[in-house]
Amino acid sequence: MTVLATTAGLAGAPGPAPQHPAPAPDRGVRWGTLLSRAGFVLPALVIILALLWALFPGLFTGQSPTETVAPALQAPSAEHWFGTDATGRDLYARVVYGASQSIVGALVAVLVGLVVGTAIGLAAGALGGAIDEVLMRVVDVLLAIPALLLSLSVVILLGFGTTSAAVAVGVTSIAVFARLARSRVVSVRVTDFVEAAYGSGGTFFGVLWRHILPNSLTPVIALAALQFGSAILQISTLGFLGYGAPPPTPEWGLLIAEGRNYVATAWWLTVLPGVIVVLVVLATNRLSQALRGGDAA
Amino acid sequence: MSYVLRRVGQAVLVLALAYTAAYLLLAALPGDAVIARYGSPELGLTPEQIEAIRQSLGADQPLIVQYVRSIAGFLTGDFGYSVASGAAVSDLIVTALPPTLTLAVLGLALAVLLAVTIAFTATYGAGRALRRVFRGIPPLFVSLPVFWIGIILIQIFSFRLGLVPVIGANPVQALILPVITLAIPIAAPLSQVLMRSIDEVREQPFVAVVRARGAGTSWLLWRNVARNALLPTLTMAGLLFGELVGGAVVTETVFARAGIGQLTAQAVANRDTPVLLAVVVISTVAFVAINLVVDLLYPVLDARLRSPRRGRGASSSPAASGAATAAAERAVDELVDAEVGVPAEVGRAAASPAASPAASEAARGGTR
Repeated sequence: MTVLATTAGLAGAPGPAPQHPAPAPDRGVRWGTLLSRAGFVLPALVIILALLWALFPGLFTGQSPTETVAPALQAPSAEHWFGTDATGRDLYARVVYGASQSIVGALVAVLVGLVVGTAIGLAAGALGGAIDEVLMRVVDVLLAIPALLLSLSVVILLGFGTTSAAVAVGVTSIAVFARLARSRVVSVRVTDFVEAAYGSGGTFFGVLWRHILPNSLTPVIALAALQFGSAILQISTLGFLGYGAPPPTPEWGLLIAEGRNYVATAWWLTVLPGVIVVLVVLATNRLSQALRGGDAA
Repeated sequence: MSYVLRRVGQAVLVLALAYTAAYLLLAALPGDAVIARYGSPELGLTPEQIEAIRQSLGADQPLIVQYVRSIAGFLTGDFGYSVASGAAVSDLIVTALPPTLTLAVLGLALAVLLAVTIAFTATYGAGRALRRVFRGIPPLFVSLPVFWIGIILIQIFSFRLGLVPVIGANPVQALILPVITLAIPIAAPLSQVLMRSIDEVREQPFVAVVRARGAGTSWLLWRNVARNALLPTLTMAGLLFGELVGGAVVTETVFARAGIGQLTAQAVANRDTPVLLAVVVISTVAFVAINLVVDLLYPVLDARLRSPRRGRGASSSPAASGAATAAAERAVDELVDAEVGVPAEVGRAAASPAASPAASEAARGGTR
């Protein structure tokens, strides 16, 4: 029962009708599957590449991200794919090495939001009553403060740096995770099979663990994938504003901030790192949609 | 009436809690602001002098006294003094507010225009290819870093095309690129929700009835679909305000415009907690007020919510589920629904014979 229920949502849940035009003759169908497969494989490749950059940057570039290797402000060339920056560092190497900053940061941020938010949501939904009321007011407060201001407040408290920026971004997503987890728990709690589990002698925590949690988790995981992309964006924003990793750390937002003074003469310094950020975030969003089985239109 | 009172009470409670949280984060936890500012050996102040400063600022009082004082201060418009410059925070904010308001209002207007264009073209545009392209725009917009949009716009329009001067631009020219920068991230969620609600509305039986009675597409679109689709969009108002604040911080930094955003960015850089506290509190008040207004307006705008006795009619509409839910929460649920697709799954996961709308109805009704 449990297994059936959790996979049902994953396995090709049809999206809204307009995104699913009626299957046309054979050729159309084949084009459709081809397109949707490309829509899954491409983002997956982008993410895998970004992860590899983060884990083994040395495999993708022989150059150092922090040492001067060439004349300053060289346009992209075969030798320096993304050109060089104002102090002659190889921009491609800096972007590759920067992946770990952004991706580890985003993972930390999502983990903070996922763990804390889901715990709050589960507790509120499963316990109900006064605890539910109190926890949901806390969530309301987190929702009421604009996200960037909330993360700035956390950053000011924790100090600047990669980890505190990641935690600050994570704090802003607690409320969303909590609300989603709670609404799932509340809706699962009233189903027949949960009642049956109680009826056949299940304890509260047993039922919570065996039935309520697995049935609540699929959309929470999909949301986590989605939050991963938005965490990369928010971390790069904090980096751009100068509250993340200090220079000369090759953080993506910081790279763009550093290239800002040369927009007139060296377009590659801002355009290329930005394109990488956009591609990774787009890929994550597509994968999140694929994860929930929707057709990403 | 009791609904109004309950909602107002809830809003006041959230505000009080939010203030306490912000105060704890920004005033109580960061430690001794007086030492931070006057403690450096370069200033050469004796411990007695620092103690005197502390007394004059009221920092020698117990935390709870300071907390109550700060609430009294905020209620009377006295936000304390900037740690970095010593200026009154209220003065700083009054000076910074007009340019930011101009930017925000214009940005929001452009965002609404963009979102409506995108949503209508994506749902009723001519040709499947066009509709697909427009459906792809919001996911793209969501993935763009705001600061990067600004820099790219400067690069294209100021440096490549020379359309907007970088130096010596008149006030109107200086607004063009920031307004576009701010509008793009706001248009994205707006058009997503708009598209979703148009899709939802036009599946409803009444649309087929109106069409059967001879209405053309444009009549249907403006008179029936748009009016019904706008309601869920209204719940986004508070969320969009949050985006506007965040967008203003980034946009004003990129374009070096004076304003609340610039003030905020500098406050964080200088660890000027009184200024940041004031900005956080004011934005939170605005956010809560916007959501309160939306909540109170909702029953006025949606006839289905007016008489609770006609429960059957109401329970079949997606909007009605919000009756008991606050707008802020509903907006988040709406967004999560749109992106994670919960309602569709609830119907399946619950393994109930109920149709999906009814199941999602139960799920959302159950959230509060």
